[in-house]
Amino acid sequence: MSEDAKPARPAKVPFAPSSRDWLEPTVKFAAGRWSYSAKPKSLRTVGFPNPRDWSPDQPDWKLPDNWKEIILQGLRERMDRFRSLRLFMDCCVRCGACADKCHSFIGTGDPKNMPVLRAELLRSVYRGEMTLAGRLLGRWAGGRRLTPEVLKEWFYYFYQCTECRRCSVFCPFGIDQAEITMLGRELLNLLGLNINWVMEPAAKCFTTGNHLGITPHGLKDNLEFFVDSIEEITGVRVNPSINRKGADVLFVAPSGDLLAEPGIFTLMGYLLVLHQSGLNYTWSSYASEGGNFGMFASHELMKGLNAKIYAEARRLGVKWILGGECGHMWRVAHQYMATMNGPADFLQEPVSPITGTRFENARSTRMVHIAEFTADLIHHGKLKLAPERNDRYRVTFHDSCNPARSMGLLEEPRYILRNTCRHFHEMPAETIREKTFCCGCGAGLGGEECMDLRMRGGIPRAEAVRSVREKHGVNLVSSICAIDRAVLPTLMDHWVPGVGVAGLHELVGNALVLDGEKERTTNLRGEPLTEAKA
Amino acid sequence: MPDIKPPAHGQDSPGSFAFWEGVGARVVLPLLAVAVVVLIAWIGAGSVRLEPFFGMILPYGALLAFLLGMSWRVLSWTRSAVPFNITTTCGQQYSLPWIRSSRLENPHTRWGAAGRVVLEMLLFRSLLRNVRHEWVAGDREGDAPKLVFKSSPGLWLGALVFHYSLLLVLLHHARFFFDPVSGWVTGLERLDAFFQVGSAAFYVSGVTLILALLYLLVRRWWLPWLRYLSLPADYFPLYLLLGVALTGGMMHYSTRANVPAAKDFCLGLARLHPAGLLGLGPLFHVHLTLASLLLAYVPFSKLSHMVSLPLSPTRNLPGAGRMRRHVNPWNAPVNTHPYAEYENEYRDKMRAAGIPLEKEVP
Repeated sequence: MSEDAKPARPAKVPFAPSSRDWLEPTVKFAAGRWSYSAKPKSLRTVGFPNPRDWSPDQPDWKLPDNWKEIILQGLRERMDRFRSLRLFMDCCVRCGACADKCHSFIGTGDPKNMPVLRAELLRSVYRGEMTLAGRLLGRWAGGRRLTPEVLKEWFYYFYQCTECRRCSVFCPFGIDQAEITMLGRELLNLLGLNINWVMEPAAKCFTTGNHLGITPHGLKDNLEFFVDSIEEITGVRVNPSINRKGADVLFVAPSGDLLAEPGIFTLMGYLLVLHQSGLNYTWSSYASEGGNFGMFASHELMKGLNAKIYAEARRLGVKWILGGECGHMWRVAHQYMATMNGPADFLQEPVSPITGTRFENARSTRMVHIAEFTADLIHHGKLKLAPERNDRYRVTFHDSCNPARSMGLLEEPRYILRNTCRHFHEMPAETIREKTFCCGCGAGLGGEECMDLRMRGGIPRAEAVRSVREKHGVNLVSSICAIDRAVLPTLMDHWVPGVGVAGLHELVGNALVLDGEKERTTNLRGEPLTEAKA
Repeated sequence: MPDIKPPAHGQDSPGSFAFWEGVGARVVLPLLAVAVVVLIAWIGAGSVRLEPFFGMILPYGALLAFLLGMSWRVLSWTRSAVPFNITTTCGQQYSLPWIRSSRLENPHTRWGAAGRVVLEMLLFRSLLRNVRHEWVAGDREGDAPKLVFKSSPGLWLGALVFHYSLLLVLLHHARFFFDPVSGWVTGLERLDAFFQVGSAAFYVSGVTLILALLYLLVRRWWLPWLRYLSLPADYFPLYLLLGVALTGGMMHYSTRANVPAAKDFCLGLARLHPAGLLGLGPLFHVHLTLASLLLAYVPFSKLSHMVSLPLSPTRNLPGAGRMRRHVNPWNAPVNTHPYAEYENEYRDKMRAAGIPLEKEVP
């Protein structure tokens, strides 16, 4: 950790709205604020319409001739299929409570990143094309016609929203910009307008079973590598299995944990806890992805990718499913999975065979979060922990958007942290729990090309980390989301250098005393324990 | 690392500002619209020929538009499906028995969800959370500014005062529609009226109604970002409500003598035997016309939010998505990649890696 690197510091981001009417579309694609378009190959793989080579910054988007008809028909259909959309088109009073709750707006100062105005981009078309007042009075009724410029504006701003749902917490009607973005992107997808950072992982997940395209033998190799590393550090050889029938539990993690630091240390943590608990579980190569980038494209693709988890649980004959640390994966598991691909009547109500705890809150979907599983183990004294092994870290916890605002998994990870770390400090109250700020890269905005947006969107989170760094010397942000683990290191290096990022179960893995382990000299990262400063 | 520079938007030169295309017109035009209505009502007040229009067609038409419009509105909303349980959870989930769950912010029962909606409707719970972000100077000189969040209950207070004042003022109007006046009406009046101005009871709610409306209006004018996003449809109802409230207040405190006549008129309306409107004066005409317009405007505008909240799927569903399966009425099969195909593609590699197979040969 380079303490001497001079950190970048955000300047006060001014709000300087154009004096022009916002109903006039802005189609300027600012550098670093947009993502590259999806490759036609990915669209063909998942059966999406209108695959072609195009780029958002080119004037000609090569739209099909009847594009307007497709969008308006799509909007009408979705307003019948989603009460949320119909209601959210009608009931906003533009009170502005949501405006500066959005990290994208705080970071960019771009008025069309205010959740209310981002939604108005769609609402204005609904009014202008579909309501009598809007057709007659036009802009005086807040309506406008659907033009290619409006479409470009949709693309630009719907791909600056990370679907974090923070605005929805503050809205007096619960209007959820994530819902509007999801359906707005779904409409854009009807014309083949999508971004590569979403569609390529989604296409890979469709064929290989995970976003990163890890093949079955690749999965085996990776797991073996982690098993070897664990043996080196602890002297204990864990024994994970793949696609094994006869296991009680199917374990599904975000595939990001299989490939890159610091996610791989989280994965080693999973392996350690699952080994020590004695749970009879298996990995799957077919359902080797908990995350679901289909969610960032359309409900249909979300369902198609998610279907693998239940299908695999049924094929392997397990009793229930355990899920790793991932943000939007848990939004899908908690709010969509059973509805889309259930009922899960071929599974059993989840019961921890170690503690006997019945996970009543998962009795229908039959999928348990590993933080719930581990917290239960710790509460029943089933894990021997040596929290002093994490003494080199002064830890804070970044609530990931979806587990916080689409699930309410707030206390379980904190309970685990308090039991595995001796120095845990909360960030300011307005930036955690249901009010948590996004890492700035959710919903597929993790591409290198939109780095300006990523660093700006991450300002509120980075500022909160900086405040606990100054106050308590915090040097590690822990979180329960694979996107966080992938993008927060870059954000920290930029704004708050010297602060690392770790998944929750990496810290559990460090603290967990295994049966028969040798005296550990390093943590899971290979950093010596003796250097630990209290 | 990217070099974070000031935002690239909003760089239109001030010269491009055109009043009629900018935000100015959105503020002024709705006011003109209300002024025109006031003028028409005022001028029409003396006309015998127009009396049936102002005294009968307008109030009944408005009521009809309101009732039919609201029914249509609610039907159009409820006709749409609720395919998924998309609750926004604002507190700890119901999970392990030793962790205290947040029963109203993240309810796991239908009763809890109902309680959450009631909390929103009666106390505007979510608005109370409001904070504003602010960049403040760093601790030491030369330090970069810091991002902080400050409590901002103004909107919550303004909205709460406005809605409850409006409710009280509307309830006071029951005096005009019932004969004899029920006990609860006079009881409510006594509660609201601390002291008298001349012969008229001074209602606190009337004053707070106008003050709250002015606050909401000035707020919209004042905050640059709010002014930027506001539409004519945001100003129009505020002007309309202010017009109704001001004319009502003026009548209450200045033209007391008309009260019996006004009551006769209202009773006539309520009993479907509309009485004459002529003697009531232009102020009453304006008040009645604006109020009718407001009533008719509700279903076709953002004011319909009065019934949308209990239907909002992010608020009215229990957060426990994994406890009870939510059924999607239009759930349909989608394109998937079945395991059998997957195994066909990777069989050799899987066999070589020692991963169990369903079929040894395709």
